[in-house]
Amino acid sequence: MPSARPSQLFRNLNAKIASIPMILTAVVVFLGGTIWTVVYSFTNSKLLPRMRWVGFDQYERLWDTNRWLISIENLAIFGVLSLIFSMVIGFLLAALLDQKIRFEDTFRTIFLYPFALSFIVTGLIWQWLLNPDFGVQSVVRSLGFDGFNFDPLYNADIVIYGILIAALWQGTGLVMCLMLAGLRGIDEDIWKAARIDGIPMWKTYLFIVIPMMRPVLITALVIVATGIVKVYDLVVAQTGGGPGIASEVPAKYVYDMMFLSQNLGQGFAASTMMLLTVIIVVVPWAYLEFGGKGKRHG
Amino acid sequence: MAEAGLIDHTDAAAGSHSRALEGPRGARPRRVLSRRNIILYGTLFVVAVYYLLPLYVMIVTSLKGMPEIRLGNVFSPPVEITFEPWVKAWATACTGLNCDGLSRGFWNSVRITIPSVVLSIAIASVNGYALANWRFKGANLFFTILIVGAFIPYQVMLYPIVIILREMGIYGTLTGLVLVHSVFGMPILTLLFRNYFTSVPEELFKAARVDGAGFWGIYFKIMLPMSLPIFVVAMILQVTGIWNDFLFGVVYTKPDIYPMTVQLNNIVNSVQGVKEYNVNMAATLLTGLVPLVVYFVSGKLFVRGIAAGAVKG
Amino acid sequence: MASVSVRNLDLSFGDVKVLQNLNLDIEKGEFLVLLGSSGCGKSTLLNCIAGLLDITDGQIFISEHNVTWEQPKDRGIGMVFQSYALYPQMTVEGNLAFGLKNARVPRDEIKKRIARAAQLLHIEPLLKRKPAQLSGGQRQRVAIGRALVRDVDVFLFDEPLSNLDAKLRAELRVEIKRLHHELENTTMIYVTHDQIEAMTLADRIAIMRAGAIQQLADPATIYNKPYNKYVAGFIGSPSINFIDGTLEAASDPVFKAGETKVDLSRYAFSGNGPKPGPVTFGIRPEHIFMDKAAVDEPFRANVEVDVVEPMGADTLVWSKLNGHELRFRVDGQTPLKKGDRVKVGFDPARASIFDAETEMRL
Repeated sequence: MPSARPSQLFRNLNAKIASIPMILTAVVVFLGGTIWTVVYSFTNSKLLPRMRWVGFDQYERLWDTNRWLISIENLAIFGVLSLIFSMVIGFLLAALLDQKIRFEDTFRTIFLYPFALSFIVTGLIWQWLLNPDFGVQSVVRSLGFDGFNFDPLYNADIVIYGILIAALWQGTGLVMCLMLAGLRGIDEDIWKAARIDGIPMWKTYLFIVIPMMRPVLITALVIVATGIVKVYDLVVAQTGGGPGIASEVPAKYVYDMMFLSQNLGQGFAASTMMLLTVIIVVVPWAYLEFGGKGKRHG
Repeated sequence: MAEAGLIDHTDAAAGSHSRALEGPRGARPRRVLSRRNIILYGTLFVVAVYYLLPLYVMIVTSLKGMPEIRLGNVFSPPVEITFEPWVKAWATACTGLNCDGLSRGFWNSVRITIPSVVLSIAIASVNGYALANWRFKGANLFFTILIVGAFIPYQVMLYPIVIILREMGIYGTLTGLVLVHSVFGMPILTLLFRNYFTSVPEELFKAARVDGAGFWGIYFKIMLPMSLPIFVVAMILQVTGIWNDFLFGVVYTKPDIYPMTVQLNNIVNSVQGVKEYNVNMAATLLTGLVPLVVYFVSGKLFVRGIAAGAVKG
Repeated sequence: MASVSVRNLDLSFGDVKVLQNLNLDIEKGEFLVLLGSSGCGKSTLLNCIAGLLDITDGQIFISEHNVTWEQPKDRGIGMVFQSYALYPQMTVEGNLAFGLKNARVPRDEIKKRIARAAQLLHIEPLLKRKPAQLSGGQRQRVAIGRALVRDVDVFLFDEPLSNLDAKLRAELRVEIKRLHHELENTTMIYVTHDQIEAMTLADRIAIMRAGAIQQLADPATIYNKPYNKYVAGFIGSPSINFIDGTLEAASDPVFKAGETKVDLSRYAFSGNGPKPGPVTFGIRPEHIFMDKAAVDEPFRANVEVDVVEPMGADTLVWSKLNGHELRFRVDGQTPLKKGDRVKVGFDPARASIFDAETEMRL
């Protein structure tokens, strides 16, 4: 390779030109934007960003705000439950579809179609289904179960579960698809060996197949987890954060602070907290996935 | 006895044995209605109903009149089918600001989606091609930042982008939103194209270079024609993604150019007037129609798109 | 008494018939190799015997039991796969023990069996390791061990050496043969596409093609007296010379191809004796001798050297015998070049003659 040519900068010039949008996006928007937000979270910016330093004031105020605490609590409940349920249901559905069944394509199409819909549409559908006067509650009551109570969207204590149902409806299909791809990637001979050994199917899944699917499981986990942190549209459409502030989430807090309450500093501080959450989720995964490579494949 | 066996079977095309042997023969008997099948298909069926029910409820609600909705339950099919809610949702529903229905949002979304899809795919495909075949020093660093950036919550970058767009003089315009979509579509699309172009045999690329083709020549004459499927996958990904966007639409545009999702939310969740559930459901269905059509038409490619995007992302 | 019997076996997937009316009897302690090119149905047949594939018609007996409807685990078989199929999360010991634990074999018994298998296969130092920490050869030993601890009468091998490099393959081949000697009463059915493996390991070889057995015999018979033209062409490397011509049997049978005439009075015709008509004459390259060595051969001729392929120990010579291509093997030191004319000879008794139409041995 003629590496000693004088015009280093102009070598491969077209490729560099083609990469300008990527470089700008990566450096200016992603890196620059993130740093900018983190820096300004230490200022008391109100309607417009101002470079007046206030240290951790915004964070102290943030963690003193009831609405933020509720947002975090909601995110925690919603996050843990939707992780568990979407992984478990997604895996079970994938395992069912992997039994060489008929109409596999049809079932897969049905389980995945909600994923094509926007969160707004999802939220509005479930708002209607969970409407206490016309939806599921009234239908069950009209069947003779007069005492049946299920109105999550009007009950501050359980509203987050109403959102959970909608989120699972929308997102489980994706997890199923990922898991199915993982199951299909397992060596056919492993199943044969297990059958010869006389290992029951559930044991084969639990002790052999699931451990073998670790990379897929972790990827699915990370995708679901980062999606959970971003959850916003669904809440806006389904409950608008209500009743009261019972179903607020961090992403909505950020938007409201920045664009409705003219309290930019709070918005920046809150969004920095969101970033921190994602880092806590993603960094260990990235380390496992890309960091320890030399160790795993010698 | 061994001898007998040998002679008997040196003949390859040994015919049927005269020895009658009783006991099981042929395929293992299997009942169609075995317990396993009942549980298997039963579960799948119940789950399928759970997934389909909301769609069904939307459709029947949107075809009922308001009096019927108030009387009956959400699951009952319409007694009298009316398309009025659809007409109203499309043409005259009010958002609080104006009363010309979802049609405005639909056309806004079309005007946002088409250029965004074209621009983002054009940028990302050329970029992925450069990363796969024309690696230069530092390229991988920027690519890593780009991919890591895909995990950053949008909220973190929301306001800096407002400033950038304002400086460029395109804050609150369609152009601005198109740019934002192109930027945020870049990580996943670049990854998609890079991985695809990397899988193209390198000999092909080398042969083209020996034949004197340059960067753009190879891209347009060799790579582009042989990667149509991946372009379709990218298109599916982008059309549904951009059509379904809400956050960027509400942040970076003004009310008269709001995309359909934002307008839909404003119609349904507006506090003024009597709630017209049938109109709301018609409007919701209308908004979901475009991605649904894309989904059902594209089928396996859609799955491939999310698998390619998600697994590697 | 047969250890494994396959009776009138049919297998079809929809309209596609994969195996048709297949019969096979394998003696107790026998080493049978199913040999064929890919897609001939040899692995499919093995999977049927294992119970991993549901057959369409016919019966399968293992140790005199009708196992046609039995689950794989109840058939008294152990199986070794091409991709090893070891459970990656478990140690070697765990892999060996897992099936036994599920069959509720007592703990000491499991220990005893693992110890014996480990000793037989020389994998004692590996017991605590995971499969990922083993080499290909070691993995396959463990996979064999997993079949061994099941303490069964029948071993099924599905191309067990195909994923290994040439050197390891040769090593493990010997090991499998040794294992078979040590386990006297164990029947082994071994699927491969490698004729060297087949020839070296087998008591009997079944050559398969398009879902049917072409010939079932001991290796020497398969090599020397191939039942039909396909078997003759499949076995042997470099492959057998075929010359098309006619058989004349007026007085003494003679093979005629153009100017070439081969006296076949020494050839042992099967069944009804020579039948005149178009035939294919086959003679293996290693049965053709050159120069001085050819002097005593019943058939002699002059050929012109076309291509010389030195392979070290010996050299393969491509030549023309009156226009017919003839390959033969000579010592690696023989100096030869294109255009040389040399004398070659062979004994027609070692040839094989096939009917041109039915391709059957005459």
